[in-house]
Amino acid sequence: MKTDIILAGVGGQGILSIAAVIGAAALENNLELKQAETHGMSQRGGDVVSHMRISDQTIYSDLIPKGKADLILAVEPMESLRYLPYLSTEGYVVTNSTPFLNIDNYPELENVKAEIQKHKNVVLIDADKIAKEAGSVRASNIVMLGAASPFIGVDFEVLEKGVEAIFKKKGADIVNMNLKALRAGREFALAN
Amino acid sequence: MQKHLLLGVEAIGQGAIDGGMSGVYAYPGTPSTEITEYIQENELAKERNIHREWSANEKTAMETALGMSYAGKRAMVCMKHVGLNVAADAFVNAAITGVNGGLIVTVADDPSMHSSQNEQDSRFYAKFSMIPVLEPSNQQEAYDMARIGFELSEKAGVPVLLRITTRLAHSRAGVVRKELLDENTMVLPKDPRQFVLLPSIARKRYNMLLGNQDGYIQMAEESVYNKYIDRENKKLGIICCGIAYNYLMENYPEDDCPHPILKISQYPVPEKMIRKMEEECDELLVMEEGYPLVEEMLSDFFGRGKNVKGRLDGTLPRAGELNPDWVAKALGLPCTEGREIPELVESRPPALCMGCGHMDVYKAMNEALEVYGKGRVFSDIGCYTLGALPPYESINSCVDMGASITMAKGAADAGLIPSVAVIGDSTFTHSGITGLLDAVNEKSSITVIISDNESVSMTGGQHSSAEGKIEDICAAVGVHPDHIKVIIPHKKNHEEMVQLINEELAYEGVSVIVPRRECIQRAARMRRMAKAAKEN
Ligand SMILES: Cc1ncc(C[n+]2csc(CCOP(=O)(O)OP(=O)(O)O)c2C)c(N)n1
Repeated sequence: MKTDIILAGVGGQGILSIAAVIGAAALENNLELKQAETHGMSQRGGDVVSHMRISDQTIYSDLIPKGKADLILAVEPMESLRYLPYLSTEGYVVTNSTPFLNIDNYPELENVKAEIQKHKNVVLIDADKIAKEAGSVRASNIVMLGAASPFIGVDFEVLEKGVEAIFKKKGADIVNMNLKALRAGREFALAN
Repeated sequence: MQKHLLLGVEAIGQGAIDGGMSGVYAYPGTPSTEITEYIQENELAKERNIHREWSANEKTAMETALGMSYAGKRAMVCMKHVGLNVAADAFVNAAITGVNGGLIVTVADDPSMHSSQNEQDSRFYAKFSMIPVLEPSNQQEAYDMARIGFELSEKAGVPVLLRITTRLAHSRAGVVRKELLDENTMVLPKDPRQFVLLPSIARKRYNMLLGNQDGYIQMAEESVYNKYIDRENKKLGIICCGIAYNYLMENYPEDDCPHPILKISQYPVPEKMIRKMEEECDELLVMEEGYPLVEEMLSDFFGRGKNVKGRLDGTLPRAGELNPDWVAKALGLPCTEGREIPELVESRPPALCMGCGHMDVYKAMNEALEVYGKGRVFSDIGCYTLGALPPYESINSCVDMGASITMAKGAADAGLIPSVAVIGDSTFTHSGITGLLDAVNEKSSITVIISDNESVSMTGGQHSSAEGKIEDICAAVGVHPDHIKVIIPHKKNHEEMVQLINEELAYEGVSVIVPRRECIQRAARMRRMAKAAKEN
């Protein structure tokens, strides 16, 4: 198996936590993994991206070649569009529908959504709302991970274990809330 | 074998610890910062009491590490590429003094300028200094090289450059740790004059360095990191430096590249291997992350020799970091591409955080400067550089760390009075103090605003060497105490700050204003840490 994932968002939105969970899961499954992150200047509210590659074979490049990604997992709708050149025609766009408004010239949200819907395989999800229902808006990134979970290529139980491992330090309540968020995201994706 | 998921920079930190390092010396700078941060958090580093505090700048870091090497122990210096400009005097001369304990200089280059003002290639500095270079192609090699680099340095008798670039620095992969090596015990250099670069001694040492070059080439020739992979189709020979090897292999995942490949990860370049490739192949393609250093060496000025392709002839773009797509194109392989980016997608540049004190400074400064007109603010490198962008558009320069004060002085010398410098607290102690001394000595009419957020924020909130010292430093340098003014940059102090800046702009001499309010990111982090400490 081999899955190439583009994780996209805005600095501070928590895409690195998503990456950490997938990373822990991949390690648990004895898979090879490479994950290129954005550190530095862009983390100050700029656009950030992470190239995440998991495979049962050797992975060479830290960057995903254009047109080869299986999945764009975006925690912000406009950011899901920025990396379309990387997505394969059969690939999935799984994106949060709640915009992060820190620029004056943010396009009309309806137009952004229309562009997203032009893609063949799309899951557009109001992760912030679902996260709130699960306990906290701060878990919206984990809702997104749940929504993308059917397309990642690792068993859901292993992702659950990954969530447990990553949030263990923060106590049982936080772990349970994030597990709830993960499951709610997955249910939405499977139902839609 | 247990694999640890590590960033390239973390792999280097772990490798250095496992290689018997006794001290890391560094000034923060993307993409190198996390090497030192990793060591600072590491349990074994704490147990061994490895030195791991931040230095005031890259030059002090380099020299301190050289001192540790003098005393026989293993040391590493870490910095971003432009930091090597600051440390260059020490770096170049350390090749002449040579080392006692192993010394690795780890420099992280930033091609494509993700977080930098240029994309200079540190391998040139090593070539200039005539010392060996290690350039890992992946995280495991990064670990291995940091671990064995000390031994290589001791064997070569000079510092070794460990060169990485952003992509490897900030990409994670599984790394297998190797046996932990002992630290060196303290021992003075055998020759007590080794480090005394008086001309008579320096000439001898320089001749020794020249004499050692063939040995360094031989080491590269025998290095496990350099490989000649022979293949059938000799129409083309491919030379890949560092991470470029991965992009080549990405395009031949079944390891079915038809052309001979030379993977270079240790320099000086392995001459025999290159000659073999030149003899066997019709054309050469050189792929390197950074400047075309090897390509330039092999390119034939008069056009009578072998055709060498790469960044110079346009086979690969001249600027920017490599990627698997460019490499595919250079190899003539088909490229795929998904949908274009829809036109409505807007860029999202980095910005100052909500509530940041730098914003209050710029609001007040813009208002105070209105009567004088635009174009007189020299700034520096840090979060406050974002004041160049709307809505502030407050600053007119950002060149290198410390250049705000000195450029303001130069402009004042030319008649631009008042000239203003805006500099951060960490940048001030990194390279601002000496410039301030120049200005004081000549009573230049400049107003220096040291926007103090009590943190090195742009690189992630490291401890600032300036903390609690700025007014004392300015007074000691000779700024008149009446013209050292501290104020809290806050909305409610806006009018007061405008007035203060106005007064100091009118003063014919050096004045320093210190708007001081803790970085809000750092404050939030401290609160979180305090809360976590209380809960445990
Ligand atoms: C020679 C050199 N070293 C390091 C850096 C990386 N760097 C850029 S900004 C910065 C921090 C500056 O801190 P400070 O002046 O306190 O400003 P702040 O970001 O906190 O506002 C550093 C270390 C650099 N650009 N050049």
